[in-house]
Amino acid sequence: MSGIYRRRRLRSFIFMSLSVAATVFGVGWLALILGTLFYQGFTGIDLATFTQSTPPPGSTGGLLNAIVGSLLMSFIAVVVGTPIGLMAGTWLGEYGRHRKLGFVVRFLNDILLSAPSIVLGLFVYDVMVLSLGHFSGWAGAVALATIVIPVVVRTTENMLLLIPNTLREAAAALGATRSIIIRQVTWRAAQAGIVTGVLLAIARISGETAPLLFTALNNQFWSTDLNAPLASLPVSIFQMAMSPYADWHRLAWSGAIIITLAVLILSVTARSLQSRRGDGA
Amino acid sequence: MTSRSDVKVAINDLSFYYGKYQALKNITLPLHRNKVTAFIGPSGCGKSTLLRVLNRIYEIYPNQYAEGEILLDGENILARDVDVTLLRARVGMVFQKPTPFPMTIFDNIAFGLKLYRHYPKSELEDRVEHALKRSALWDEVKDKLHVSGTALSGGQQQRLCIARSVAIEPELILFDEPCSALDPISTAKIEELINELSEEYTIAIVTHNMQQASRVSDYSAFMFLGELIEFDVTEKLFTAPSKQHTENYITGRFG
Repeated sequence: MSGIYRRRRLRSFIFMSLSVAATVFGVGWLALILGTLFYQGFTGIDLATFTQSTPPPGSTGGLLNAIVGSLLMSFIAVVVGTPIGLMAGTWLGEYGRHRKLGFVVRFLNDILLSAPSIVLGLFVYDVMVLSLGHFSGWAGAVALATIVIPVVVRTTENMLLLIPNTLREAAAALGATRSIIIRQVTWRAAQAGIVTGVLLAIARISGETAPLLFTALNNQFWSTDLNAPLASLPVSIFQMAMSPYADWHRLAWSGAIIITLAVLILSVTARSLQSRRGDGA
Repeated sequence: MTSRSDVKVAINDLSFYYGKYQALKNITLPLHRNKVTAFIGPSGCGKSTLLRVLNRIYEIYPNQYAEGEILLDGENILARDVDVTLLRARVGMVFQKPTPFPMTIFDNIAFGLKLYRHYPKSELEDRVEHALKRSALWDEVKDKLHVSGTALSGGQQQRLCIARSVAIEPELILFDEPCSALDPISTAKIEELINELSEEYTIAIVTHNMQQASRVSDYSAFMFLGELIEFDVTEKLFTAPSKQHTENYITGRFG
Protein backbone atom coordinates (compact mmCIF):
# COMPACT_ATOMS: atom_id res chain seq x y z
CA MET A 1 0.00 0.00 0.00
CA SER A 2 1.38 3.36 -0.99
CA GLY A 3 2.39 5.93 1.57
CA ILE A 4 0.02 8.54 0.27
CA TYR A 5 -2.91 6.23 0.83
CA ARG A 6 -1.85 5.43 4.38
CA ARG A 7 -1.40 9.11 5.17
CA ARG A 8 -4.84 9.82 3.80
CA ARG A 9 -6.37 7.13 5.96
CA LEU A 10 -4.55 8.40 9.02
CA ARG A 11 -5.75 11.95 8.41
CA SER A 12 -9.28 10.70 7.91
CA PHE A 13 -9.08 8.77 11.18
CA ILE A 14 -7.81 11.78 13.13
CA PHE A 15 -10.53 13.95 11.73
CA MET A 16 -13.23 11.45 12.66
CA SER A 17 -11.77 11.02 16.16
CA LEU A 18 -11.91 14.77 16.75
CA SER A 19 -15.53 14.88 15.67
CA VAL A 20 -16.43 11.99 17.94
CA ALA A 21 -14.54 13.50 20.87
CA ALA A 22 -16.31 16.84 20.47
CA THR A 23 -19.68 15.11 20.28
CA VAL A 24 -19.00 13.02 23.38
CA PHE A 25 -17.83 16.12 25.26
CA GLY A 26 -20.94 18.11 24.32
CA VAL A 27 -23.47 15.36 24.88
CA GLY A 28 -21.69 14.35 28.07
CA TRP A 29 -22.41 17.69 29.72
CA LEU A 30 -26.01 17.45 28.64
CA ALA A 31 -26.26 13.97 30.13
CA LEU A 32 -24.72 15.23 33.37
CA ILE A 33 -27.17 18.11 33.58
CA LEU A 34 -30.14 15.84 32.93
CA GLY A 35 -28.79 13.18 35.29
CA THR A 36 -28.39 15.64 38.16
CA LEU A 37 -31.80 17.11 37.42
CA PHE A 38 -33.53 13.73 37.39
CA TYR A 39 -31.73 12.53 40.50
CA GLN A 40 -32.40 15.68 42.52
CA GLY A 41 -35.83 16.29 41.09
CA PHE A 42 -37.36 12.87 41.41
CA THR A 43 -36.18 12.30 44.98
CA GLY A 44 -38.07 15.39 46.09
CA ILE A 45 -41.25 15.03 44.04
CA ASP A 46 -44.39 13.71 45.72
CA LEU A 47 -48.14 14.20 45.70
CA ALA A 48 -47.89 17.33 47.83
CA THR A 49 -45.83 18.95 45.07
CA PHE A 50 -48.95 19.05 42.94
CA THR A 51 -51.60 19.63 45.62
CA GLN A 52 -50.15 22.25 47.96
CA SER A 53 -48.88 25.77 47.57
CA THR A 54 -45.55 27.29 48.54
CA PRO A 55 -44.85 26.36 52.17
CA PRO A 56 -43.16 28.54 54.76
CA PRO A 57 -39.60 27.28 55.13
CA GLY A 58 -39.46 24.23 57.32
CA SER A 59 -42.95 22.84 56.65
CA THR A 60 -44.32 20.67 53.89
CA GLY A 61 -45.76 22.17 50.77
CA GLY A 62 -45.73 22.10 47.00
CA LEU A 63 -45.76 24.04 43.78
CA LEU A 64 -49.47 24.05 42.98
CA ASN A 65 -49.74 27.84 42.96
CA ALA A 66 -46.69 28.15 40.71
CA ILE A 67 -47.89 25.45 38.31
CA VAL A 68 -51.34 26.99 38.02
CA GLY A 69 -49.87 30.49 37.64
CA SER A 70 -47.56 29.32 34.88
CA LEU A 71 -50.38 27.50 33.09
CA LEU A 72 -52.66 30.55 33.35
CA MET A 73 -50.13 33.01 32.01
CA SER A 74 -48.86 30.70 29.28
CA PHE A 75 -52.41 29.96 28.21
CA ILE A 76 -53.29 33.64 27.90
CA ALA A 77 -49.99 34.40 26.15
CA VAL A 78 -50.67 31.69 23.57
CA VAL A 79 -54.32 32.62 23.10
CA VAL A 80 -53.33 36.26 22.55
CA GLY A 81 -50.08 35.68 20.70
CA THR A 82 -51.05 32.91 18.29
CA PRO A 83 -53.70 34.74 16.23
CA ILE A 84 -51.55 37.87 16.02
CA GLY A 85 -48.48 35.87 15.06
CA LEU A 86 -50.44 33.77 12.59
CA MET A 87 -51.95 36.74 10.81
CA ALA A 88 -48.69 38.70 10.75
CA GLY A 89 -46.81 35.63 9.50
CA THR A 90 -49.46 35.17 6.84
CA TRP A 91 -49.08 38.76 5.73
CA LEU A 92 -45.32 38.24 5.46
CA GLY A 93 -45.53 34.89 3.71
CA GLU A 94 -48.41 35.65 1.34
CA TYR A 95 -49.06 39.34 0.86
CA GLY A 96 -45.85 41.13 1.77
CA ARG A 97 -43.52 38.73 0.04
CA HIS A 98 -42.59 40.95 -2.88
CA ARG A 99 -42.78 44.26 -1.03
CA LYS A 100 -40.15 46.43 0.57
CA LEU A 101 -42.32 46.75 3.66
CA GLY A 102 -42.26 42.96 3.98
CA PHE A 103 -38.50 43.08 4.18
CA VAL A 104 -38.63 45.71 6.92
CA VAL A 105 -41.24 43.81 8.93
CA ARG A 106 -39.27 40.57 8.63
CA PHE A 107 -36.14 42.33 9.87
CA LEU A 108 -37.97 43.87 12.84
CA ASN A 109 -39.46 40.51 13.71
CA ASP A 110 -36.03 38.92 13.64
CA ILE A 111 -34.80 41.55 16.08
CA LEU A 112 -37.77 40.87 18.34
CA LEU A 113 -37.12 37.15 18.03
CA SER A 114 -33.57 37.44 19.26
CA ALA A 115 -34.16 40.24 21.77
CA PRO A 116 -33.14 39.25 25.31
CA SER A 117 -36.36 38.37 27.10
CA ILE A 118 -35.47 40.62 30.01
CA VAL A 119 -35.77 43.57 27.63
CA LEU A 120 -39.31 42.50 26.77
CA GLY A 121 -40.00 42.17 30.49
CA LEU A 122 -38.71 45.69 31.10
CA PHE A 123 -40.88 47.01 28.30
CA VAL A 124 -44.02 45.48 29.79
CA TYR A 125 -42.97 46.68 33.24
CA ASP A 126 -42.77 50.19 31.88
CA VAL A 127 -46.00 50.02 29.90
CA MET A 128 -48.23 47.98 32.20
CA VAL A 129 -46.84 47.63 35.70
CA LEU A 130 -45.89 51.29 36.13
CA SER A 131 -49.07 52.64 34.62
CA LEU A 132 -51.33 50.27 36.57
CA GLY A 133 -49.26 50.73 39.70
CA HIS A 134 -48.87 47.07 40.61
CA PHE A 135 -47.47 43.76 39.42
CA SER A 136 -50.03 41.43 37.90
CA GLY A 137 -50.62 38.12 36.15
CA TRP A 138 -51.91 40.04 33.15
CA ALA A 139 -48.61 41.87 32.81
CA GLY A 140 -46.80 38.52 32.99
CA ALA A 141 -49.06 37.07 30.32
CA VAL A 142 -48.49 40.06 28.03
CA ALA A 143 -44.73 39.79 28.50
CA LEU A 144 -44.90 36.12 27.52
CA ALA A 145 -47.12 36.98 24.55
CA THR A 146 -44.45 39.33 23.23
CA ILE A 147 -42.18 36.29 23.12
CA VAL A 148 -44.80 34.05 21.49
CA ILE A 149 -45.63 36.48 18.68
CA PRO A 150 -42.26 36.65 16.87
CA VAL A 151 -41.80 32.89 17.14
CA VAL A 152 -45.20 32.22 15.58
CA VAL A 153 -44.66 34.92 12.94
CA ARG A 154 -41.39 33.35 11.94
CA THR A 155 -42.54 29.73 11.75
CA THR A 156 -45.80 30.68 10.00
CA GLU A 157 -43.92 32.64 7.37
CA ASN A 158 -41.32 29.92 6.88
CA MET A 159 -43.96 27.23 6.54
CA LEU A 160 -45.94 29.29 4.04
CA LEU A 161 -42.79 29.91 2.00
CA LEU A 162 -42.30 26.14 1.79
CA ILE A 163 -45.69 25.69 0.13
CA PRO A 164 -45.03 25.49 -3.61
CA ASN A 165 -46.51 28.28 -5.70
CA THR A 166 -48.04 25.70 -7.99
CA LEU A 167 -50.54 24.92 -5.25
CA ARG A 168 -51.58 28.58 -5.04
CA GLU A 169 -51.77 28.77 -8.82
CA ALA A 170 -53.91 25.65 -8.94
CA ALA A 171 -56.39 27.16 -6.51
CA ALA A 172 -56.32 30.53 -8.27
CA ALA A 173 -56.90 28.77 -11.60
CA LEU A 174 -60.19 27.45 -10.25
CA GLY A 175 -61.22 31.00 -9.50
CA ALA A 176 -60.46 31.10 -5.79
CA THR A 177 -59.75 34.51 -4.31
CA ARG A 178 -56.62 35.26 -2.33
CA SER A 179 -58.26 34.82 1.06
CA ILE A 180 -59.85 31.50 0.11
CA ILE A 181 -56.53 30.23 -1.22
CA ILE A 182 -54.85 31.14 2.06
CA ARG A 183 -57.52 29.87 4.41
CA GLN A 184 -58.45 26.68 2.62
CA VAL A 185 -55.29 25.66 0.82
CA THR A 186 -52.01 27.12 2.01
CA TRP A 187 -52.85 27.22 5.72
CA ARG A 188 -54.01 23.66 5.51
CA ALA A 189 -50.88 22.59 3.68
CA ALA A 190 -48.75 24.39 6.28
CA GLN A 191 -50.89 23.31 9.23
CA ALA A 192 -48.52 20.86 10.88
CA GLY A 193 -45.63 23.31 10.61
CA ILE A 194 -47.65 26.18 12.04
CA VAL A 195 -48.86 24.07 14.96
CA THR A 196 -45.25 23.03 15.53
CA GLY A 197 -44.32 26.70 15.76
CA VAL A 198 -46.97 27.31 18.40
CA LEU A 199 -45.77 24.30 20.42
CA LEU A 200 -42.21 25.53 20.23
CA ALA A 201 -43.37 28.94 21.39
CA ILE A 202 -45.07 27.33 24.40
CA ALA A 203 -41.90 25.39 25.13
CA ARG A 204 -39.94 28.60 24.90
CA ILE A 205 -42.11 30.61 27.33
CA SER A 206 -42.59 27.83 29.84
CA GLY A 207 -39.03 28.26 31.01
CA GLU A 208 -38.80 32.04 30.77
CA THR A 209 -37.96 33.74 34.07
CA ALA A 210 -36.70 37.18 33.13
CA PRO A 211 -39.89 38.59 31.61
CA LEU A 212 -41.91 37.47 34.63
CA LEU A 213 -39.58 38.79 37.32
CA PHE A 214 -40.89 42.33 37.24
CA THR A 215 -44.26 41.79 35.61
CA ALA A 216 -46.05 38.97 37.41
CA LEU A 217 -43.51 39.02 40.23
CA ASN A 218 -44.36 36.04 42.45
CA ASN A 219 -46.89 34.96 45.01
CA GLN A 220 -46.38 32.61 47.96
CA PHE A 221 -50.06 31.88 48.23
CA TRP A 222 -52.72 30.18 46.19
CA SER A 223 -54.12 32.73 43.74
CA THR A 224 -55.71 32.82 40.32
CA ASP A 225 -56.30 36.56 40.41
CA LEU A 226 -54.69 37.94 37.27
CA ASN A 227 -54.91 41.47 38.61
CA ALA A 228 -52.54 40.62 41.43
CA PRO A 229 -48.99 39.27 41.52
CA LEU A 230 -49.02 35.68 40.36
CA ALA A 231 -46.66 32.78 41.04
CA SER A 232 -44.94 30.95 38.19
CA LEU A 233 -42.66 27.94 38.08
CA PRO A 234 -39.51 29.65 36.78
CA VAL A 235 -39.69 32.56 39.23
CA SER A 236 -40.50 30.19 42.11
CA ILE A 237 -37.50 28.06 41.20
CA PHE A 238 -35.34 31.16 41.12
CA GLN A 239 -36.57 32.37 44.50
CA MET A 240 -36.36 28.98 46.20
CA ALA A 241 -32.97 28.13 44.77
CA MET A 242 -31.60 31.44 46.06
CA SER A 243 -32.99 30.83 49.56
CA PRO A 244 -30.95 29.24 52.36
CA TYR A 245 -33.57 26.55 53.12
CA ALA A 246 -32.90 22.93 52.15
CA ASP A 247 -36.58 22.01 51.72
CA TRP A 248 -37.04 24.98 49.36
CA HIS A 249 -34.03 23.76 47.39
CA ARG A 250 -35.73 20.42 47.01
CA LEU A 251 -38.90 22.10 45.72
CA ALA A 252 -36.82 24.11 43.25
CA TRP A 253 -35.42 20.87 41.83
CA SER A 254 -38.91 19.46 41.57
CA GLY A 255 -40.06 22.56 39.71
CA ALA A 256 -37.09 22.30 37.38
CA ILE A 257 -37.91 18.74 36.46
CA ILE A 258 -41.58 19.56 35.89
CA ILE A 259 -40.61 22.30 33.43
CA THR A 260 -38.01 20.12 31.73
CA LEU A 261 -40.44 17.27 31.22
CA ALA A 262 -43.12 19.65 29.94
CA VAL A 263 -40.69 21.15 27.43
CA LEU A 264 -39.48 17.68 26.46
CA ILE A 265 -43.01 16.48 25.76
CA LEU A 266 -43.76 19.62 23.74
CA SER A 267 -40.59 19.24 21.70
CA VAL A 268 -41.18 15.59 20.96
CA THR A 269 -44.76 16.34 19.92
CA ALA A 270 -43.54 19.20 17.73
CA ARG A 271 -40.91 16.95 16.17
CA SER A 272 -43.32 14.18 15.36
CA LEU A 273 -45.75 16.69 13.86
CA GLN A 274 -42.98 18.15 11.76
CA SER A 275 -41.90 14.80 10.40
CA ARG A 276 -45.49 14.15 9.37
CA ARG A 277 -45.54 17.40 7.47
CA GLY A 278 -44.67 15.61 4.23
CA ASP A 279 -48.17 14.35 3.62
CA GLY A 280 -49.66 17.76 4.30
CA ALA A 281 -48.18 19.43 1.25
CA MET B 1 -75.49 25.90 -33.54
CA THR B 2 -74.17 26.68 -36.98
CA SER B 3 -74.33 30.37 -36.22
CA ARG B 4 -71.58 30.00 -33.60
CA SER B 5 -68.18 30.78 -34.89
CA ASP B 6 -65.72 27.94 -35.31
CA VAL B 7 -63.18 30.02 -33.42
CA LYS B 8 -63.54 29.77 -29.65
CA VAL B 9 -60.62 31.99 -28.78
CA ALA B 10 -59.02 34.60 -31.00
CA ILE B 11 -55.62 35.79 -29.83
CA ASN B 12 -54.82 39.09 -31.56
CA ASP B 13 -51.47 40.79 -31.54
CA LEU B 14 -50.62 39.57 -28.04
CA SER B 15 -47.41 40.67 -26.35
CA PHE B 16 -46.33 39.75 -22.86
CA TYR B 17 -43.73 41.14 -20.50
CA TYR B 18 -41.93 39.85 -17.43
CA GLY B 19 -40.88 43.27 -16.18
CA LYS B 20 -38.84 44.64 -19.08
CA TYR B 21 -38.31 41.29 -20.75
CA GLN B 22 -40.67 40.67 -23.63
CA ALA B 23 -41.65 37.01 -23.61
CA LEU B 24 -44.33 37.09 -26.30
CA LYS B 25 -44.12 39.12 -29.49
CA ASN B 26 -47.30 40.01 -31.33
CA ILE B 27 -48.88 36.59 -31.31
CA THR B 28 -51.99 36.13 -33.44
CA LEU B 29 -53.64 32.75 -33.38
CA PRO B 30 -57.07 31.10 -33.14
CA LEU B 31 -58.14 28.25 -30.85
CA HIS B 32 -60.84 26.28 -32.60
CA ARG B 33 -63.97 25.22 -30.80
CA ASN B 34 -63.91 21.62 -29.50
CA LYS B 35 -60.46 21.09 -30.94
CA VAL B 36 -57.12 20.46 -29.30
CA THR B 37 -54.42 22.99 -30.09
CA ALA B 38 -50.84 22.12 -29.15
CA PHE B 39 -48.12 24.67 -28.47
CA ILE B 40 -44.68 23.34 -29.23
CA GLY B 41 -41.22 24.84 -29.25
CA PRO B 42 -37.96 24.78 -27.30
CA SER B 43 -37.78 25.80 -23.63
CA GLY B 44 -38.20 29.52 -23.14
CA CYS B 45 -40.06 30.06 -26.40
CA GLY B 46 -43.08 31.44 -24.55
CA LYS B 47 -45.54 28.61 -24.99
CA SER B 48 -46.28 28.25 -21.27
CA THR B 49 -46.45 32.02 -20.98
CA LEU B 50 -49.07 32.10 -23.70
CA LEU B 51 -51.12 29.55 -21.80
CA ARG B 52 -50.82 31.55 -18.59
CA VAL B 53 -52.24 34.63 -20.29
CA LEU B 54 -55.38 32.78 -21.31
CA ASN B 55 -56.67 32.59 -17.72
CA ARG B 56 -54.70 35.60 -16.50
CA ILE B 57 -53.03 33.44 -13.86
CA TYR B 58 -49.88 35.54 -14.34
CA GLU B 59 -51.62 38.34 -12.47
CA ILE B 60 -50.91 36.76 -9.10
CA TYR B 61 -47.30 37.85 -9.56
CA PRO B 62 -46.11 41.44 -9.71
CA ASN B 63 -44.52 43.05 -12.76
CA GLN B 64 -46.06 40.81 -15.38
CA TYR B 65 -48.39 42.26 -17.95
CA ALA B 66 -49.98 41.54 -21.30
CA GLU B 67 -50.81 43.75 -24.26
CA GLY B 68 -53.15 43.01 -27.10
CA GLU B 69 -56.43 41.23 -27.25
CA ILE B 70 -57.77 37.79 -26.48
CA LEU B 71 -61.35 37.28 -27.55
CA LEU B 72 -63.18 34.45 -25.80
CA ASP B 73 -66.43 34.11 -27.73
CA GLY B 74 -65.92 37.67 -28.86
CA GLU B 75 -65.31 39.15 -25.41
CA ASN B 76 -61.87 40.58 -24.68
CA ILE B 77 -60.70 38.77 -21.55
CA LEU B 78 -57.73 41.10 -21.12
CA ALA B 79 -60.07 44.04 -20.57
CA ARG B 80 -59.64 45.73 -17.24
CA ASP B 81 -63.20 45.22 -16.10
CA VAL B 82 -63.22 41.45 -16.58
CA ASP B 83 -63.69 39.59 -13.29
CA VAL B 84 -60.74 37.17 -13.27
CA THR B 85 -62.55 34.88 -10.85
CA LEU B 86 -65.36 34.37 -13.33
CA LEU B 87 -62.89 34.16 -16.19
CA ARG B 88 -61.12 31.29 -14.43
CA ALA B 89 -64.43 29.52 -14.03
CA ARG B 90 -64.66 29.55 -17.83
CA VAL B 91 -61.00 28.71 -18.44
CA GLY B 92 -59.67 25.75 -16.45
CA MET B 93 -56.01 24.85 -16.10
CA VAL B 94 -54.02 21.69 -15.41
CA PHE B 95 -50.39 22.08 -14.44
CA GLN B 96 -47.13 20.32 -15.11
CA LYS B 97 -46.88 18.81 -11.67
CA PRO B 98 -50.03 17.35 -10.17
CA THR B 99 -51.28 19.77 -7.52
CA PRO B 100 -53.82 18.01 -5.30
CA PHE B 101 -54.92 20.17 -2.41
CA PRO B 102 -54.16 18.86 1.09
CA MET B 103 -57.71 17.60 1.60
CA THR B 104 -59.80 14.57 0.73
CA ILE B 105 -60.41 13.47 -2.85
CA PHE B 106 -64.02 14.55 -2.48
CA ASP B 107 -63.11 17.97 -1.10
CA ASN B 108 -60.51 18.49 -3.83
CA ILE B 109 -63.34 18.48 -6.35
CA ALA B 110 -65.96 20.11 -4.16
CA PHE B 111 -63.52 22.99 -3.51
CA GLY B 112 -64.03 24.51 -6.95
CA LEU B 113 -67.75 23.82 -7.01
CA LYS B 114 -68.32 25.56 -3.68
CA LEU B 115 -66.58 28.68 -4.92
CA TYR B 116 -69.45 29.50 -7.22
CA ARG B 117 -72.63 28.17 -5.72
CA HIS B 118 -74.01 26.55 -2.64
CA TYR B 119 -75.09 23.06 -3.57
CA PRO B 120 -77.32 20.74 -1.56
CA LYS B 121 -75.32 17.76 -0.31
CA SER B 122 -76.80 15.26 -2.75
CA GLU B 123 -76.22 17.48 -5.76
CA LEU B 124 -72.65 18.13 -4.66
CA GLU B 125 -72.08 14.40 -4.44
CA ASP B 126 -73.57 13.90 -7.89
CA ARG B 127 -71.37 16.55 -9.39
CA VAL B 128 -68.22 15.18 -7.77
CA GLU B 129 -69.07 11.72 -9.05
CA HIS B 130 -69.77 13.04 -12.53
CA ALA B 131 -66.46 14.93 -12.64
CA LEU B 132 -64.53 11.85 -11.48
CA LYS B 133 -66.26 9.67 -14.07
CA ARG B 134 -65.56 12.24 -16.75
CA SER B 135 -61.86 12.05 -15.81
CA ALA B 136 -61.72 8.26 -15.79
CA LEU B 137 -60.85 8.20 -12.11
CA TRP B 138 -64.15 7.18 -10.53
CA ASP B 139 -63.61 3.42 -10.59
CA GLU B 140 -60.25 3.78 -8.87
CA VAL B 141 -61.36 6.11 -6.09
CA LYS B 142 -65.08 5.54 -5.52
CA ASP B 143 -64.40 3.58 -2.32
CA LYS B 144 -61.93 6.08 -0.90
CA LEU B 145 -63.40 9.49 -1.56
CA HIS B 146 -62.50 10.52 1.97
CA VAL B 147 -58.85 9.64 1.66
CA SER B 148 -56.41 12.52 1.17
CA GLY B 149 -55.88 13.48 -2.47
CA THR B 150 -52.15 13.53 -1.85
CA ALA B 151 -52.21 9.78 -1.19
CA LEU B 152 -52.96 8.98 -4.85
CA SER B 153 -50.31 8.05 -7.42
CA GLY B 154 -48.92 10.74 -9.71
CA GLY B 155 -51.09 9.78 -12.65
CA GLN B 156 -54.18 9.58 -10.47
CA GLN B 157 -53.36 12.95 -8.92
CA GLN B 158 -53.17 14.48 -12.37
CA ARG B 159 -56.54 13.02 -13.31
CA LEU B 160 -57.87 14.36 -10.00
CA CYS B 161 -56.67 17.80 -11.09
CA ILE B 162 -58.40 17.35 -14.43
CA ALA B 163 -61.58 16.29 -12.62
CA ARG B 164 -61.30 19.39 -10.45
CA SER B 165 -61.21 21.57 -13.55
CA VAL B 166 -63.94 19.68 -15.34
CA ALA B 167 -66.23 19.87 -12.28
CA ILE B 168 -66.80 23.59 -12.69
CA GLU B 169 -67.67 23.09 -16.36
CA PRO B 170 -65.25 25.43 -18.06
CA GLU B 171 -65.39 26.17 -21.77
CA LEU B 172 -61.68 26.05 -22.38
CA ILE B 173 -59.13 23.84 -20.58
CA LEU B 174 -55.43 24.65 -20.58
CA PHE B 175 -52.90 21.86 -20.11
CA ASP B 176 -49.37 22.93 -19.25
CA GLU B 177 -47.15 19.91 -19.98
CA PRO B 178 -49.59 17.68 -18.09
CA CYS B 179 -47.62 14.48 -18.60
CA SER B 180 -44.04 15.57 -18.11
CA ALA B 181 -43.98 14.16 -14.55
CA LEU B 182 -45.79 10.93 -15.41
CA ASP B 183 -44.86 7.44 -16.57
CA PRO B 184 -45.88 6.23 -20.06
CA ILE B 185 -48.97 4.36 -18.89
CA SER B 186 -50.34 7.33 -16.99
CA THR B 187 -49.43 9.52 -19.95
CA ALA B 188 -51.44 7.32 -22.31
CA LYS B 189 -54.45 7.61 -19.99
CA ILE B 190 -54.22 11.39 -19.86
CA GLU B 191 -53.87 11.61 -23.63
CA GLU B 192 -56.94 9.46 -24.12
CA LEU B 193 -58.76 11.65 -21.67
CA ILE B 194 -57.77 14.81 -23.51
CA ASN B 195 -59.17 13.32 -26.69
CA GLU B 196 -62.46 12.52 -25.00
CA LEU B 197 -62.69 15.91 -23.34
CA SER B 198 -62.26 17.69 -26.66
CA GLU B 199 -65.77 16.55 -27.59
CA GLU B 200 -67.10 18.96 -25.00
CA TYR B 201 -64.35 21.47 -24.42
CA THR B 202 -61.89 23.54 -26.34
CA ILE B 203 -58.38 22.50 -25.31
CA ALA B 204 -54.95 24.07 -25.45
CA ILE B 205 -51.92 22.00 -24.50
CA VAL B 206 -48.27 22.85 -24.08
CA THR B 207 -45.94 19.92 -24.63
CA HIS B 208 -42.28 19.17 -25.14
CA ASN B 209 -43.11 15.85 -26.63
CA MET B 210 -43.50 15.95 -30.42
CA GLN B 211 -45.19 12.59 -30.59
CA GLN B 212 -47.64 13.70 -27.96
CA ALA B 213 -48.47 16.83 -29.90
CA SER B 214 -49.07 14.82 -33.05
CA ARG B 215 -51.14 12.23 -31.17
CA VAL B 216 -53.48 14.50 -29.26
CA SER B 217 -53.85 17.71 -31.19
CA ASP B 218 -55.85 18.89 -34.17
CA TYR B 219 -53.90 22.11 -34.58
CA SER B 220 -50.34 22.93 -33.67
CA ALA B 221 -48.47 26.15 -33.13
CA PHE B 222 -44.69 26.21 -33.31
CA MET B 223 -43.14 29.00 -31.28
CA PHE B 224 -39.60 30.24 -31.04
CA LEU B 225 -38.15 33.03 -28.88
CA GLY B 226 -41.53 34.53 -28.13
CA GLU B 227 -42.72 34.50 -31.71
CA LEU B 228 -45.24 32.33 -33.44
CA ILE B 229 -43.36 30.74 -36.33
CA GLU B 230 -46.08 28.58 -37.77
CA PHE B 231 -49.63 27.58 -37.01
CA ASP B 232 -51.46 24.90 -38.93
CA VAL B 233 -53.46 21.72 -38.84
CA THR B 234 -51.28 19.30 -36.87
CA GLU B 235 -51.01 16.76 -39.66
CA LYS B 236 -49.84 19.40 -42.08
CA LEU B 237 -47.43 21.01 -39.63
CA PHE B 238 -45.79 17.69 -38.87
CA THR B 239 -45.65 16.29 -42.38
CA ALA B 240 -45.27 19.32 -44.60
CA PRO B 241 -44.35 22.39 -42.60
CA SER B 242 -44.17 25.55 -44.65
CA LYS B 243 -41.23 27.02 -42.73
CA GLN B 244 -37.72 25.59 -42.68
CA HIS B 245 -37.42 26.53 -39.00
CA THR B 246 -40.39 24.36 -38.08
CA GLU B 247 -39.07 21.44 -40.03
CA ASN B 248 -35.68 21.67 -38.35
CA TYR B 249 -37.34 21.59 -34.95
CA ILE B 250 -39.78 18.75 -35.49
CA THR B 251 -37.17 16.60 -37.14
CA GLY B 252 -34.88 17.17 -34.18
CA ARG B 253 -32.19 19.09 -35.99
CA PHE B 254 -32.12 21.69 -33.24
CA GLY B 255 -33.61 22.54 -29.85
